[in-house]
Amino acid sequence: MTTLAESRNWEKFFWPIAVAAVLLVLWHYSVVWTATKIFPSPLDVERGLIGLFHKNVLWNDIADSLRRVALGFGAAAILGIPIGLVLGWYPAIDQVVNPTMQLLRPISPIAWIPVAIIFFGVGDKAAVFLIFLAAFFPIVVACVDGVSNVPSVFRRAGRNFGLTAAQLLARVVFPAALPQIIIGLRIALGISWLVVVAAEMIAVDSGLGYLVIDSRNSGKHYDLVVAAMLIIGVIGLLLDSGFRRLEKIKSVRWGFRDAS
Amino acid sequence: MESTVAITATPTVETKLRAEHISMSFTRDGESMPVLEDINLEVGNGEFLCLLGPSGCGKSTLLSIIAGFLSPTSGEVKIDGEIVRGPDPRRIFVFQERGVFPWLTVEGNIGFGLFKLTRAERDRRIAHYIKMVGLEGFGKSYPSELSGGMKQRLEVARALAVNPDMLFLDEPFGALDSITRLIMRGELLRIWEAERKTIIFVTHDIDEAVQLADRVAVMSARPGRIQEIVNIDIPHPRDINSARYLELRTGIFNQIGLAHHL
Repeated sequence: MTTLAESRNWEKFFWPIAVAAVLLVLWHYSVVWTATKIFPSPLDVERGLIGLFHKNVLWNDIADSLRRVALGFGAAAILGIPIGLVLGWYPAIDQVVNPTMQLLRPISPIAWIPVAIIFFGVGDKAAVFLIFLAAFFPIVVACVDGVSNVPSVFRRAGRNFGLTAAQLLARVVFPAALPQIIIGLRIALGISWLVVVAAEMIAVDSGLGYLVIDSRNSGKHYDLVVAAMLIIGVIGLLLDSGFRRLEKIKSVRWGFRDAS
Repeated sequence: MESTVAITATPTVETKLRAEHISMSFTRDGESMPVLEDINLEVGNGEFLCLLGPSGCGKSTLLSIIAGFLSPTSGEVKIDGEIVRGPDPRRIFVFQERGVFPWLTVEGNIGFGLFKLTRAERDRRIAHYIKMVGLEGFGKSYPSELSGGMKQRLEVARALAVNPDMLFLDEPFGALDSITRLIMRGELLRIWEAERKTIIFVTHDIDEAVQLADRVAVMSARPGRIQEIVNIDIPHPRDINSARYLELRTGIFNQIGLAHHL
């Protein structure tokens, strides 16, 4: 591993698995040595996972969480991309809107939970609204930055070929900014997945976040709590790596560091 | 020197472009900085003119004004008798290869300006210009898969595909290695002879100017002025070891105020 030579194929899998295995062993023996009655060992969690997978309610929880993210993130993308493109395109509008946006942006979506419940009541809509808020600002900011970073040679070339303003936006500015927009979408999706879990602990009674908090409240089933956490981690990883595939599309690959 | 460097600036053919009393100043830190001062220039139809000058003399600014991307502080540019008020697809500006669109394939780049044509006509032109610039077999490639010289040829092809009557080239070969640069000069001359566009070519390379141009407009350092216009009366293909070539080259070296001993 210390040489410059490419690591051999088995090493690519061996070492990451070894790290995970060491952590599991550490976890197991920490539980054994401290003789804790509350915190589950890896084996307890495994049993918890198997139990969950046999219950239909888990699949419903996963579907509910994914549905909320799809709605909230989708709405944020549909609204955020055009708004970000317009703000990037017209710096004068951006200057007016930007201070308010910068003020709203650092407010954690979690802080919006009470407000969301006043607006929408306890239920799906409140959770979707929170995810929308969480995803909206990173998407807008990525689009504004993407557009204002488009090299002026590209704009000039577009104008030179006689494009109207709308054509220039669609055929030059948008594709030139797309790599940065995709990065923004990916970040927003990651945040959405964080926020859905938090929102489900408070604002609704289904979903993976609800599973975590419900397992704790209904008799301190910490094996189920940790099992649900692991499921959340795995799904988050799958969402992210699915999104990363977009970066491999040839018409955007030029904008990423590992472009070849 | 008087005998070696022609000062006449009269094109023998009809005038394509006339720049009259162009001055340009930029404001920096509240101070006005003159960049160009009273530029007068005529370019004939089908002529190959080089704007030559040291870095920072304003030659690229002048080309941007001629192309309509900048408005001069005073003076005006007329092309075919019409005052230039903005960029126009009849006159295409070629940047260093940085101007090709990385999100489009070679075909997509060449077809970029052809959106008003029918599909069949567009495909025909794309195929024609891919062949002309020697990018056959790369139609579906993306710019990131091409070398610098290929990207530069691609940008020239994209410009030619809309059938402009003028090309503006701003140090187009500046980023290429010296061998590729020589090859590209030959290619450009071949294309120019085939298509007879009026070309204005900005460079700081004296050899490049003398190898390519019908006339070389030598500019002074900032604020840029046209110091002299040199007729390059050597037919193509030019022998770059001929006495006349060396004579013209030396003349320009002296004009710019550089001794040719290092």
